[in-house]
Amino acid sequence: MKFETPAGVNPIDQQKVIGQPASRLEGPLKTTGTATYAYEYNRAAPKHAYGYVVGAAIAKGQIRRIDRTKAKAAPGVLAIVTAADVGQLPPGQFYVDRLLAGPAVDHYHQAVAVVVAKTFEQARAAAALLKVTYIATKGAFDLAAAKDAAPLPKPGPYSGPSQTNVGDFKGAFAAAPVKLDATYTTPDQSHAMMEPHATMAHWEGDKLTCWCSLQQLNWGARDLGTILGIPKENIRLISAYIGGGFGGKGTALSDIVLASLAARAAGRPVKVALPRPLIFNNTTHRPATIQRIRLGATADGTITAIGHESWSGNIPGGGTESTTASTKLLYAGANRFTELRLAVLNLAEGNAMRAPGEATGMMALEIAMDELAEKLQMDPVAFRIKNDTQVDPEHPGRPFSSRKLVECLQTGADRFGWSKRVAKPGTVQEGQWLIGVGVAAAIRGAPVMTSAARVRLNRDGIVTVETDMTDIGTGSYTIIGQTAAEMLGVGLDKVVVKLGDSTFPQSPGSGGQWGAASATSGVYAACLKLREAVAKALGLNPEEAQFANGQVLAGNRHYALGEAAKAAELVAEDAMTYGTLARQYAQDTFGAHFVEVGVNRYTHEIRVRRMLAVCHAGRILNPKTARSQVIGAMTMGVGAALMEHLVVDKQVGFFVNHDLAGYEVPVHADIPHQEVVLLEGLDPTMSPMKAKGIGELGLVGVAAAIANAVYNATGVRVRDYPITLDKLLGKVSLI
Amino acid sequence: MQTFTYERVRTPAEAAAAAARTPGAKFLAGGTNLLDLMKLEIETPAHIIDVGKVGLDKIEPTPAGGLRIGALVTNTDLADHRTVRRDYGLLSRALLAGASGQLRNKATTAGNLLQRTRCPYFYDTNQRCNKREPGSGCAAIAGYSRQLGIIGTSDACIATHPSDMAVAMRALDAEVETVKANGTTRTIPLAQFYRLPGQTPHLETTLEKNELITAVLLPPPVGGVHIYQKVRDRSSYAFALVSVGAILQQDGSGRIAVGGVAPRPWRVETAEKLLPAGAKAFTAQLLQGARPTKENAYKLALVENTVAAVLNEGKH
Repeated sequence: MKFETPAGVNPIDQQKVIGQPASRLEGPLKTTGTATYAYEYNRAAPKHAYGYVVGAAIAKGQIRRIDRTKAKAAPGVLAIVTAADVGQLPPGQFYVDRLLAGPAVDHYHQAVAVVVAKTFEQARAAAALLKVTYIATKGAFDLAAAKDAAPLPKPGPYSGPSQTNVGDFKGAFAAAPVKLDATYTTPDQSHAMMEPHATMAHWEGDKLTCWCSLQQLNWGARDLGTILGIPKENIRLISAYIGGGFGGKGTALSDIVLASLAARAAGRPVKVALPRPLIFNNTTHRPATIQRIRLGATADGTITAIGHESWSGNIPGGGTESTTASTKLLYAGANRFTELRLAVLNLAEGNAMRAPGEATGMMALEIAMDELAEKLQMDPVAFRIKNDTQVDPEHPGRPFSSRKLVECLQTGADRFGWSKRVAKPGTVQEGQWLIGVGVAAAIRGAPVMTSAARVRLNRDGIVTVETDMTDIGTGSYTIIGQTAAEMLGVGLDKVVVKLGDSTFPQSPGSGGQWGAASATSGVYAACLKLREAVAKALGLNPEEAQFANGQVLAGNRHYALGEAAKAAELVAEDAMTYGTLARQYAQDTFGAHFVEVGVNRYTHEIRVRRMLAVCHAGRILNPKTARSQVIGAMTMGVGAALMEHLVVDKQVGFFVNHDLAGYEVPVHADIPHQEVVLLEGLDPTMSPMKAKGIGELGLVGVAAAIANAVYNATGVRVRDYPITLDKLLGKVSLI
Repeated sequence: MQTFTYERVRTPAEAAAAAARTPGAKFLAGGTNLLDLMKLEIETPAHIIDVGKVGLDKIEPTPAGGLRIGALVTNTDLADHRTVRRDYGLLSRALLAGASGQLRNKATTAGNLLQRTRCPYFYDTNQRCNKREPGSGCAAIAGYSRQLGIIGTSDACIATHPSDMAVAMRALDAEVETVKANGTTRTIPLAQFYRLPGQTPHLETTLEKNELITAVLLPPPVGGVHIYQKVRDRSSYAFALVSVGAILQQDGSGRIAVGGVAPRPWRVETAEKLLPAGAKAFTAQLLQGARPTKENAYKLALVENTVAAVLNEGKH
């Protein structure tokens, strides 16, 4: 089914099941510890062995020699796999890192070998006996030092152009009566998902099955096929449950590649989980940025010039952190300039992490907006509203399909009590705490991608959905079940959802905030086909058939839904594909974040006291799972604002704090009351679901709102994330 | 993890004797730190002596009016003990500021005192670290040192001791009771229990080889207001950037030990005479001779501010 014109009224609009706050279908499995994760498929592949990955001890150079004598002789060892055994592996498409070092080492903890043994303990002990010697060469690890020589890169498949120019930015900025020119930095960050990267690989002849933890199974099969040099058709990937990914499990990484190679070498199934201390330097991360923002406005607060330049680094072949994406779309302004530059750094690969580019860019832009509002002596909410635009500012002929930023800001201001804000910073105190409030806008693209599904109906009226969509903790199972239930007029209890198997019809997977809107639309298409098949089987006119309460009705005839499958199971499969609406309309999601912080007047510890997010993302498919996505994202925003920081040792060239004691993410005690308001409003240009993704929107802007609140509390403007107490000490003037 | 042999002993003396018999042995109690370090091959003992069943899990009053805390009393039980909460509130608060509920359930009193540093370079066996591998150098001094020590450190090592409990114990004038392999016992004041690194940062305490901690002794309670303030980047489950353990008396006198700044709980008794003069004067004396790195120089101000917060709280 091709979606080419805005959707009219359709069965989803009934919202009997869709739009209801259904609890997660797989929730009981997860709360009882019975959902099976990649590393736990012990019965599916009996007599499996264990692989332990050895990471490179240097950041850049060559492997001189690997002495495997002792490791090979260690108890239980079945195989040792290095590049000397399997040759140089080509990179995949989405992640470009080479997943097995040798002879060159491209970054610290790049995999050098996998040691396979009968038990995990034997594999780990033997791995420590592998003696690897290196020839280290000098590398580049310092973004600030590499910045000035960084070229404009070719745009990657998921980033926009590296440079955009509209009007006369330079002239308008020079002429602006009120302006800001400031530089912000964001650090390298890690996804730090709970479930480590893990795979169990099992060969049967030349067919490979991997139980793995991947967000996009189509990319996974494609990239694993490329890396191993086998047809992707010979690969079956199963990722039924995923303990978080955040963009760090998009496609094949070292666990799946090395488990596959190890299983082949050992002649039996092998499972590999990356140990936590290896994950931070072995896998991908959100790269650090340096961002210069220039804003010019007239005295009444009309923005006349917006400039955003950004620098990030990556391994050769890697992409930019596209921080300017939001700046292109968020505010009006006739004269605009954006530029992304990319330095070569010999750290681990920088790649997607939740709202890539947008989360990072908005950490800077939304502080800059707060700074300019202050210069204009305008309320920061009013300043943002004044510069709203209903068209893509770089292409004014292209309207937003739906954009409720102003409503988000106004609703949020009302709910939060923004009018009580004291504009003068450092003036509100409660006991030992300096109190401040901050606001930031949120914007995140709302892509939809081709997605297919298969739907089955049996004689008991049970509807089974199959698609290779994944659920990374987001609620995919539930919203897909709700879609099928709504389309076929049954309750959720009559729907079985099967996900995460690459032999199922292809979806775009979980990522880029496209999963929910795309996958449910694919299910919609398949369900439409099934409705036709049902009507036909019952001898009804498909145009007239109504599906409700487990019944199919047409005229004065009605049947139980299962009747249609009495003779044989009915199966329908279809994909939703898309026309040009995404080019005609700017399709984005919007929000506003309001935050109150307390800063301890003595220690300058920063604690968030309350948070409010107002979001607009088209139809909300399930307000409970949507809210969970947003509060999870807000929590991640607290981490980004206040603590998350992969610290680069610029001498050795690696992320030093490579475990969860050193890389701090928020704990429960850091997270205060979080309120989420989901604004209503369908978007018929998206798909028949009229929905957009929301999982990444909730993160964008949060860190800046916190930064602005810290400023309001203390009068100290910190432009370098994370905002930690050492950046405030000595600068806060106490009343 | 390297292969090791294992034995379980029944009495403290048996433990010390077993250790004397087997070179390279380590005592295992709660295991919350040692086992992690063994998995990373930072510790590679050839032999493990499990002292978990030797008793030593009682908290008893001493004839002098203090408390004798068995070496194997868990952090949870110690923090929750009625007398500790009433008379040694600082100790209870410090314990509860550390780790997590699960870890405190396993971690023991002696094990807490003997936990190793959390310097990230100590934890990565590819990196230079004089504490882990004597003579290999220190990557931290010119590297990532934001959380590391500012005083009592050396050119060989700037690691801190991570314990919260030890800070309270130091302010409380605790003593460590031990038994040696030959069966003799002694007590070591906590003030003399930790060595400064100098050129030998791998030697962390004044315990002799094979000497086993049997108890920690607290002198009779001294009253006063007990405050433990721990400063960190997140609200829980993080080691202190700086912590201040204080016992403040109504007359303005008091005792203060500081954590997160040195290879041991940092207390300078002579500086405490300056407490009535305020945080600035006290801290200047306390941290005299500090040698911070560029990344952790903020701790000088942070200690002063936190002491000020504690003194302020003591007034209320």
